[in-house]
Amino acid sequence: MAVDPLIELRDVNKHYGQLHVLQDINLTVGRGEVVVVIGPSGSGKSTLCRAINRLEPVESGTILLDGHPLPDEGRELARLRAEVGMVFQSFNLFAHKTVLANVSLAQVKVRKRGKEEADRRSRELLERVGLLAHAEKYPAQLSGGQQQRVAIARALAMDPKVMLFDEPTSALDPEMINEVLEVMQQLARDGMTMVVVTHEMGFARSAANRVVFMADGRIVEDRTPEGFFTAPESERARDFLSKILKH
Amino acid sequence: MNVLIDNLALYGEGLLGTVELTVYGSLLALALGFVMASFRVAPVGSLRAFGTVWVTVLRNTPLTLLFFAVMLGLPRFGIVLPFQLFAILALGCYTSAFICEALRAGINTVPTGQGEAARSLGMTFVQTLGDVVLPQAFRSVIPPIGSTLIALAKNSAIAGAFSVTELLGTYKTLNELGYSIIWSFIWIAVGYLIVTLSISAIFNLLEKRYGVAR
Repeated sequence: MAVDPLIELRDVNKHYGQLHVLQDINLTVGRGEVVVVIGPSGSGKSTLCRAINRLEPVESGTILLDGHPLPDEGRELARLRAEVGMVFQSFNLFAHKTVLANVSLAQVKVRKRGKEEADRRSRELLERVGLLAHAEKYPAQLSGGQQQRVAIARALAMDPKVMLFDEPTSALDPEMINEVLEVMQQLARDGMTMVVVTHEMGFARSAANRVVFMADGRIVEDRTPEGFFTAPESERARDFLSKILKH
Repeated sequence: MNVLIDNLALYGEGLLGTVELTVYGSLLALALGFVMASFRVAPVGSLRAFGTVWVTVLRNTPLTLLFFAVMLGLPRFGIVLPFQLFAILALGCYTSAFICEALRAGINTVPTGQGEAARSLGMTFVQTLGDVVLPQAFRSVIPPIGSTLIALAKNSAIAGAFSVTELLGTYKTLNELGYSIIWSFIWIAVGYLIVTLSISAIFNLLEKRYGVAR
């Protein structure tokens, strides 16, 4: 795997005040690969995910996207971000716009598609996530799971090269988690490159090509899901798995 | 009562002057305030600094002093304009600092995730602000901006001291003509009420139209 790297992080470091959230992070994600990042809270996994499209600037090290280093804030960075879809824990749908307008907005503004074309594409994507019937509603009228599926459709509308998921199911009721995971499973099967920060071990086992285990700002293990879940190498990972898999 | 009827033309002229100062001053204040608020949340440090200095200087300067600075200062640099225009400039710049801060407060009420989502989709700073953040901030800034513009209407009285035609200034003429001070001022007060209550009414309407759909 990883013969054709799409995302490369080299010696990336970041502090929040005293806290060293990312310590010498080296990670390569190949085209078409699904990498699941797990770890205890505060381990830096969300920061890692957000650093990839520079929502969190890093202090040192380089991040390459499809061979190009992330530029500084500005138009060029905006252009690059359009290639990287992002799904947030709290959905972040635009509260003042309908579901359809949420999916269409950036297509019109960033991809410069006509309104009709954008709406047509939006409807296709909403159908794909099973929400076409809700196109004219406002985000607040949808359940959390539905909102998250709209958020996925909104990110896909930009035809991104890679999708980042920052704990996409952590704010959802248990019964809504599956509907979101199913959409993500489908995406993974379709060959989308994905980086997924999650606590869903089932998803990690079934959809991931690799599992990256982070603790205290470091990547502790980077292995196949099979290897990681059956025989974790580090004490830290064994401890983590024993805590979450007990129930 | 006959103060008003006898001097309807004078009052009318004064009222018109106040309305002009208020309308043009408001437009300038809104435009400048909008630009400064954008500057203050911009990702560019120098713009942020400029916005901060603008607000700090103008918000902390007495308006009368600002009038003096504009009316006496600008002509020294060869900028000679009608007094009314100077007054609009002073009022507009002064009020823009307050508008800027009201807008910024509104921007801060919009969850950061909204801006992050827009940026993650590749929208530029201007698009993020214009299409996502400000439309949501708009609802919560309607009441404070209304108050600020009412203050502007009342502040326009200072222009009278610089021989700009406006409502308060009419008292001088009326006084010379020997009319009762109390009634002269009551009608002046009514004139201001017409202006300020109109502004209130406009903003109540805006709030009804845009303030609820959350």
